[in-house]
Amino acid sequence: MTTPPDDIRGPSLWTSMRRPRRHREAGARAAIIAAFSTVIVGGLILWWVLSSEAWPEVQQQFFNPDHFVASWPLVLDGFWLNIQMFAVAEVLILVVALVMAMIRALRGPAFFPLRALVIGFIDLIRGIPIILLILLLGFGVPALQLTGVPNSRLFWGVAALVISYSAYTAEVYRAGIESVHESQRMAGRSLGLTQVQSLRYVTVPQAIRNVIPALLNGFVSLQKDVALVFVLGAREAVREAQIYVASTFNYTPYVVAAVLFIVASVPVARFTDWYTERVRRRRQSVGGV
Amino acid sequence: MTPKIEVTDLVKSFEGKIVLRDVDLEVAPHEVVCLIGSSGSGKSTLLKCINLLIPIDEGDILVDGVSITDPMVNPNAIRQKMGIVFQAFNLFPHMTVRQNITLSPMRVHGISKREADERARELLERFGLADKIDEYPDRLSGGQQQRVAIMRALATTPELMLFDEVTSALDPELVAEVLNVIRGLKEEGMTMIIATHEMGFARDVADKVCFLDGGVFLETGAPAEIFGDPKEARTKQFLQRIIDAGRL
Repeated sequence: MTTPPDDIRGPSLWTSMRRPRRHREAGARAAIIAAFSTVIVGGLILWWVLSSEAWPEVQQQFFNPDHFVASWPLVLDGFWLNIQMFAVAEVLILVVALVMAMIRALRGPAFFPLRALVIGFIDLIRGIPIILLILLLGFGVPALQLTGVPNSRLFWGVAALVISYSAYTAEVYRAGIESVHESQRMAGRSLGLTQVQSLRYVTVPQAIRNVIPALLNGFVSLQKDVALVFVLGAREAVREAQIYVASTFNYTPYVVAAVLFIVASVPVARFTDWYTERVRRRRQSVGGV
Repeated sequence: MTPKIEVTDLVKSFEGKIVLRDVDLEVAPHEVVCLIGSSGSGKSTLLKCINLLIPIDEGDILVDGVSITDPMVNPNAIRQKMGIVFQAFNLFPHMTVRQNITLSPMRVHGISKREADERARELLERFGLADKIDEYPDRLSGGQQQRVAIMRALATTPELMLFDEVTSALDPELVAEVLNVIRGLKEEGMTMIIATHEMGFARDVADKVCFLDGGVFLETGAPAEIFGDPKEARTKQFLQRIIDAGRL
């Protein structure tokens, strides 16, 4: 481990390093070249697509402006439900998965049954295709007509997503917990913290920081997988688009739905890149700590 | 008088390899014991065994005359009596100096945040680091980090301190500031077990020096005996190498 000298303070090295003028000019030239070649390549592809024989037919089926405008409000309305499902499911997933990962990290024979339960659950759930789980819970549980539990298909559809994603996310957390050095756990325990306290205050906060990019990746995935509850008849974006397609035999509403999903996911992807880069820079500036 | 710590016939092995063999050690209250010996001789392992961070295979460890290796004993209650400081500092990097120091007093000892903060500030002032209270560990030098780690252990008001080669990861010019903290603790009467490679320091501060070799306590005695007139050939050899390296 390198130890910074006494006089190091503030965001060192990285911010104080200015690019010399010559580099900046080279940077500007590179940007111009990149823009120019992008226009040329993009133009060629566009020309090739638009001039192809099948294009008018493709445009009619997938990019029809009239159908686009007509289906937009319907699909957008459905998409609102996607966002709500996503928000609720994501919060639950982050909590449930963390609890499972923490249980899995507990040591000692006394916790064996709890650990075994969590490991068995994760293995089981990860083995089941998510669509199957949605059908199983979404149609199956309401059909039981149980008293005391919700009988809404939508509720159980989202529950299936939460269960499935929690199993995967627990493994992400687990990787994070294992990435924190053993000496941190020892330091926590040596101060008299219990296992759970040591996880809660020492290991997990560091673990989460280490796996934020992986968690965000899961966000992007879930944003689209909430659409799977359409099989239960929930009127979310894909279902609304499907209804429209069924009456017009034009596929433009599917493109509308795709556009909405893309618009929602791109910011998360960019944020992930930005965050990962920021962490990398910070690590460099403090010399590998 | 009951010894503060009594280790009897302790055996510890890792995957079949014996690291500590029939170790016996007695530490009286207010006594300072230095463990010396080459790397891998078992010094760290012994300290971690005493802190119950690693389980022992055979033998017993008594604190104030009470066995702590009984599986029914709550290890957290035992650890609250002692503090340990590690070679690599092991400060919590996501917490400020203040949070590092107050974590255990607040969460383990149930002291209020205000009181814990007050105590942290007192400790930092005493050791000349009051201006670092809200810094994160990665903004401190190695010597400062290690001093904070000592304060973090002291904040739990332990009756016994264990030091595991606390200066081995430091640049040479930062060693003194850490050793001076330990000298200060000796003056206050703290019971301490110190694993160290700083022989000059061990000779100064120790009431008793133990030379470990291959997991065995080869020679134990007053510093003057061990450093001035070692009996065992291995001890002589070890000390000669230290002298050759200009470290004694």
